[in-house]
Amino acid sequence: MSQIETFYDVMRRQGITRRSFIKYCSLTASALGLGPAFVPKIAHAMETKPRTPVIWVHGLECTCCSESFIRSAHPLAKDVVLSMISLDYDDTLMAAAGHAAEEAMRDTIERYKGQYILAVEGNPPLNEDGMFCISGGKPFVEKLRYAARDAKAIISWGACASYGCVQAAKPNPTRATPVHKVITDKPIIKVPGCPPIAEVMTGVITYMLTFDRLPELDRQGRPAMFYGQRIHDKCYRRPHFDAGQFVEAWDDENARKGYCLYKMGCKGPTTYNACSTVRWNEGVSFPIQSGHGCIGCSEDGFWDQGSFYDRVTDLTQFGVEANADRVGMAAAGVVGGAVAVHAAISALKAAQKKTQSQASKEEA
Amino acid sequence: MSTPQAGLHDADEADMATVSRQTSVYVYEAPVRLWHWINALAILTLVLTGYFIGAPPPSMQIAEATHQFVFGYIRFAHFAAGWILTVGFLGRIYWAIFGNHHARQLFYLPIWNGRWWREVFFEVRWYLFLESEPKKYMGHNPLAQLAMFCFITLGVSFMIVTGLALYSEGLGKDSLLYAMFGWVFTLFGNNPHYVHTYHHLGMWWIVIFMIIHIYVAIREDIMSRQSIVSTMISGHRTFKDDRPD
Repeated sequence: MSQIETFYDVMRRQGITRRSFIKYCSLTASALGLGPAFVPKIAHAMETKPRTPVIWVHGLECTCCSESFIRSAHPLAKDVVLSMISLDYDDTLMAAAGHAAEEAMRDTIERYKGQYILAVEGNPPLNEDGMFCISGGKPFVEKLRYAARDAKAIISWGACASYGCVQAAKPNPTRATPVHKVITDKPIIKVPGCPPIAEVMTGVITYMLTFDRLPELDRQGRPAMFYGQRIHDKCYRRPHFDAGQFVEAWDDENARKGYCLYKMGCKGPTTYNACSTVRWNEGVSFPIQSGHGCIGCSEDGFWDQGSFYDRVTDLTQFGVEANADRVGMAAAGVVGGAVAVHAAISALKAAQKKTQSQASKEEA
Repeated sequence: MSTPQAGLHDADEADMATVSRQTSVYVYEAPVRLWHWINALAILTLVLTGYFIGAPPPSMQIAEATHQFVFGYIRFAHFAAGWILTVGFLGRIYWAIFGNHHARQLFYLPIWNGRWWREVFFEVRWYLFLESEPKKYMGHNPLAQLAMFCFITLGVSFMIVTGLALYSEGLGKDSLLYAMFGWVFTLFGNNPHYVHTYHHLGMWWIVIFMIIHIYVAIREDIMSRQSIVSTMISGHRTFKDDRPD
């Protein structure tokens, strides 16, 4: 087995100064919610640990996760990020193609059995024996199972791998299935989002390399440090929510003033992600800051939650597009009407009984 | 039969005969009555504020957002009333254990009792105008008991559990309440949005109960052979005739 470079070696080779390297370590420590005491630990890990081999496979997806990943600002620039891990196979990014590429994957799996991390972007469709997604001449689901067998852990990148995303939205014709429902015997970390935030992706990898274990996960298997709070909890427009000041239409004065987008269907209150803290594109902005509500892309089945622009979900079970309010009002209306009719009949019956008993009294 | 007393100058012989025969039964003890009315106020508050939380009132420009807290107060009222409902419901369960046997009616259905079922269908026929005269009951009639169980015991339990789960999200995932109720989100499809939707539908379930409950209570107070509305104020059930059944 050849000696693999450490992260530090790679960074120095990339022309990163030691000063920048230490800055990166402290930034990463704070991004992960760790105290300053962890900075030397991260630095030590980076200096001594061999790079972890990563196999990155692509199923049914749009590559937005990769696009996001390569734009990570902290940790450092994209080339360093790609060198930090030993990305031995990624059919989208690698120079090799065809048989050479597939050979690289086989080689990595053979050499690092039980050592490598499998990163999955997209998901396998299971209908028609997986024929809806062919990669390297085989159904993707076979490639996924093959690569997962000897993996140490699996990272599910994005909403596709984590939950299924748009290709799994009802009625899901190809039966696109999230990774954790296909691979059930490996530790899986979900990093949902469409795409996930670049810094979240690299932050998760850095954590796993530094501490040699998965970060603390929430009930759904997402890293708690990035998915522990709702967009709503840290939204800078929150004061307008509490004040009851809402955007009522896209082109109104309230929209110009930057009021809360709750009435426009913002899913911030039901979405766990780091957008309102980490933001996007080196912290430039995030959807709500650009004037559009959150669509809830890091939550399970976000395509099936009705319109992006409604607060109260459409209930398709009722055949027509109806939301909880319309269903409830209709039911209350029917019951209210029935009560009124029943009251009227009751009154008539009572009157009838009275006249009858009076009549019988008079007879007697 | 003694002669009319001085204080009953407006009573004739027949009235006095009736008064001497008819007594009342003490059915609803003070904690049950207190719970009923506190619960009613809490539910009214919860429904009104809950509806506004799903569909906020028009934006108001009273002051800068820093000094204006309109929606915050609506949510505060909802959460406060929710806690009162929850604590009240727990207190009601306590009283079901330690109160009289009428206090237990809300929490069980005697589904193995054939006579109970026959009386359920008797009550259904009474409401379909197929029976000329209702039966007398000390506590709830069987149909009312069935309705109370479905709407209040199950309905309010559902609203408390989903409500506390949603409330725990505001407290944060590291809160004790989230540790207690986080499973609700797993149960309802992993997306908190589902829990909002079902909690919202639950509100309409309770609204439907309110409509039926108030109508039936007033109707039976007038048309049945026993007191209904005043019983929940005084606790005493009085009867309008002295026939045994």
